[in-house]
Amino acid sequence: MRIGVITFPGSLDDRDAARAVRLAGAEPVTLWHADRDLRRVDAVILPGGFSYGDYLRCGAIARFAPVMSELVPAARSGLPVLGICNGFQILCEAHLLPGALTRNAGLRFITRDLSLRVENATTAWTRAYSAGEQIVVPLKSGEGAYAADPGTLARLEEAGQIVIRYADSNPNGSAGAIAGVCNAEGNVVGLMPHPEHAVDALTGPSADGLRFFTSIVTRVLA
Amino acid sequence: MTADTVLPQPFAALGLTGSEYDKIVATLGRRPTGAELALYSVMWSEHCSYKSSKVYLRQLAPTAVQSAALLAGIGHNAGVVDIGQGYAVTFKIESHNHPSYVEPHQGAATGVGGIVRDILAMGARPVAVMDALRFGPAAAADTARVLPGVVSGISFYGNCLGLPNIGGELDFDACYAGNPLVNALCVGVMRHGDLQVAAASGPGNQVILFGSTTGPDGVGGASVLASAAFGGSAALGEAAKRPSVQVGDPFMERLLVECCLELFAGGLVVGIQDLGAAGVACATTELAAAGTGGMRVRLDAVPLRDPSLGPPEILMSESQERMMAVVEPARVDEFLAVCAKWDVRAAVIGEVTDTGRLVMTWHGEVVVDIPPGSAADGPVYQRPVSRPAGQDALVADSASALPRPVDGPALRADLLALIGSPGLADKSWVTDQYDRYVRGDTVLAMPEDGGLVRVDEATGLGIALATDGNGRYAKLDPYLGTQLALSEAYRNVAATGARPLAVTNCLNFGSPEDPAVMWQFAEAVRGLADGCAALGVPVTGGNVSFYNQTGTVAVHPTPVIGVLGVHDDVRRRLSIGFAASSAGDTELVLLGRTEAEFGGSAWAHALHGHLGGRPPAPDLAAERRLAGLLAAAAAAGLLAAAHDLSDGGLAVALAESCLRGGTGCRVRLPGDPFTALFSESAARAVVAVRPGAFADFDALRAEHGVPGETIGRTGGGDLVVEDCFAIPLAELAAAHTAALPALFG
Repeated sequence: MRIGVITFPGSLDDRDAARAVRLAGAEPVTLWHADRDLRRVDAVILPGGFSYGDYLRCGAIARFAPVMSELVPAARSGLPVLGICNGFQILCEAHLLPGALTRNAGLRFITRDLSLRVENATTAWTRAYSAGEQIVVPLKSGEGAYAADPGTLARLEEAGQIVIRYADSNPNGSAGAIAGVCNAEGNVVGLMPHPEHAVDALTGPSADGLRFFTSIVTRVLA
Repeated sequence: MTADTVLPQPFAALGLTGSEYDKIVATLGRRPTGAELALYSVMWSEHCSYKSSKVYLRQLAPTAVQSAALLAGIGHNAGVVDIGQGYAVTFKIESHNHPSYVEPHQGAATGVGGIVRDILAMGARPVAVMDALRFGPAAAADTARVLPGVVSGISFYGNCLGLPNIGGELDFDACYAGNPLVNALCVGVMRHGDLQVAAASGPGNQVILFGSTTGPDGVGGASVLASAAFGGSAALGEAAKRPSVQVGDPFMERLLVECCLELFAGGLVVGIQDLGAAGVACATTELAAAGTGGMRVRLDAVPLRDPSLGPPEILMSESQERMMAVVEPARVDEFLAVCAKWDVRAAVIGEVTDTGRLVMTWHGEVVVDIPPGSAADGPVYQRPVSRPAGQDALVADSASALPRPVDGPALRADLLALIGSPGLADKSWVTDQYDRYVRGDTVLAMPEDGGLVRVDEATGLGIALATDGNGRYAKLDPYLGTQLALSEAYRNVAATGARPLAVTNCLNFGSPEDPAVMWQFAEAVRGLADGCAALGVPVTGGNVSFYNQTGTVAVHPTPVIGVLGVHDDVRRRLSIGFAASSAGDTELVLLGRTEAEFGGSAWAHALHGHLGGRPPAPDLAAERRLAGLLAAAAAAGLLAAAHDLSDGGLAVALAESCLRGGTGCRVRLPGDPFTALFSESAARAVVAVRPGAFADFDALRAEHGVPGETIGRTGGGDLVVEDCFAIPLAELAAAHTAALPALFG
């Protein structure tokens, strides 16, 4: 199975996302921001980084990249899409996911290994977890505070679209300690923490993040 | 160019002396143009020319130490070291002290940007950065301005650039109050054949400037900020009204990195140099001087962000994120296409000639016509040297007279105070703002002894890095202090299980025009040269930062030494953390010899505000044996943890290891407990031996000739020193982590 990883100008964790895909047993495929071509992949990852230098607003410019004009309709038709950190910000800017990411409470960039709770283990990207399971994955972001209006938050809660929450402490002032959400269909997932940095205890705090990637492999193969 | 010898030229305002100006006139055989005067002023600045330090730095030639690992040494932008399996590594540390005081955020940010371009220009992919930071008293009002700005600048630039920050230093001392030290290190990896050269060779080859546009930022940064004592009257007339600190755009640098690596891979580059201090002036003169010898440049072809700039400002501008390449005419279109792919602006601004002259025109008019070597080489000074008047009194003021803790509770209180003092407190407030995970190859980062980055996923080959400096030791004895900094960095690399291979250095000193400072500098360089010879590690490059002084008060002489090591298999890395083991508790062995050495110690500084006496005696032969033992024991899988002993001695090392791994320990100390806990004797480490491996380790230790003694075991939830005190880890953690958040929010 082939999983695309989009490189925007300023993407940084594309290499790490590709490694995680490989460790999960799939083939990573490089997708270039300027190409209107998804290269017939089975799923797409928007990696972390600072696309377009975070200029204007995180993700605000990347959503207009040529590749997005292919991705948005494909995602709406059910293509599994995972946005990590800046990728999550881009998915929100592209209105594939509800809400927005704002400056951290405290206004400083935060890199920290955090306990997360998997709230929804039925999405395309979290099926390999069990609901309520706690995992340790790093967070590294300056604008990671999830925000949405009260109506949207209530609707997300109701519909089970809150996928991941900060378990022990809320590091950045996210509404409802939300670390990740999905769309109504569950094929598009975005989260601020970096599961691709927790695929091997040698280079990460745990290997807990790997199952985001094995989730999708199992799903597509099944 | 008609010479007008009547009107005086503003050489002094540009930082040139009368005799330097006369030398320019003699070299050219005429009065220099305004553009030429600007060019010489930045090229002959202390920052660019090393005019006061050059006579000493010859001792650090990489050939001074026989090493098979060296591929390129001083003279290139940075040295290159062979780490095996076809890989080569280049690393360098550089100061950005003065800009970071004036504008902490941008000053520190562009310090990262500058050192990364240095590494890139060698042909390597930058893979990690480190920062060695020193500030005034932690509680001082100005430190609350400078430190958060410096940290946010490093965070802003390094994170956006996508380079993991894997370690460094943080220290505080009153001597850095008006002169913080911000030293940035970058390391890059390449294949053996990828080395690029900084030379403009081949007449007819095109000179291309690419990256950001050129603006008025940083005009005269090298000559005004970094080459005169603060508070001086140096001014650049009109230019002085503009910011002399550069403004960084890490997004452009990110694109520039990927663009350059694709240009290198395509074989499109004959020669390349980064633009740093002295901008276009430096890149053109150095490329020309190192190559065929001549170059013709159209300054009006330089893309500008401010159309009002003229030739002197274009030459002196330190706008960031720029590179200059020499390209064969037939490859120019391909070169420009790669730049376009990465949205990097590029302009052909000249060509290589064999005239031996660097000729620059401005809309057809010749504004510079010089032999490039005359600007690139610069003057050389043998400054007066004299041992500081107060040195004897300082050394006589021994720390042995200080009141010592007399019993268990007093020792306990001193340890808690020490690990809660700003210089030794938990640094997460700083390091949490840096991305240590990006690229996915970081195996060890702070608060470990050294940073460790995987180079090859298949074989586990990796590189370890550490930087260390101790201004207090160097103030007491710059020769020994420099060797102690070298020893500590070498030991920190060894404590990860790596073999130390090469050295870089950033020498932070006061004014070279002060003979006492020059004595410190001369002693420090001699110490480093002797130390490297004894350890068998060559110096592959470095940087000198003078004029770190306000008025007549200089910073402590602060040589910051970076050591690079190779790790054959990063899966066998050693952490400092004591971890709970299902196989049983591990035995703790103290390696090395402990003497009563408190001169310049963290204990004397943090508990008594005292600085005097002699620093600990370095023992380079013992360091070498200790490093050999640690690497061999790591490779054999005998150790569960290792931590070097330095600031705060065994007490602080045990506390850090307990907190890192979340597991306590119980030790029984030999001899006087105060000396055992707080002495800072060199060439020591504490190791946790894996259950069942003690006999093998003890044999290996004896074979390497390293003294060692079993002092206890890991385990439990307290740090226990038998017959003295017990501290629950929660109490230890509270003391360790409270300090910086309390100061900086």
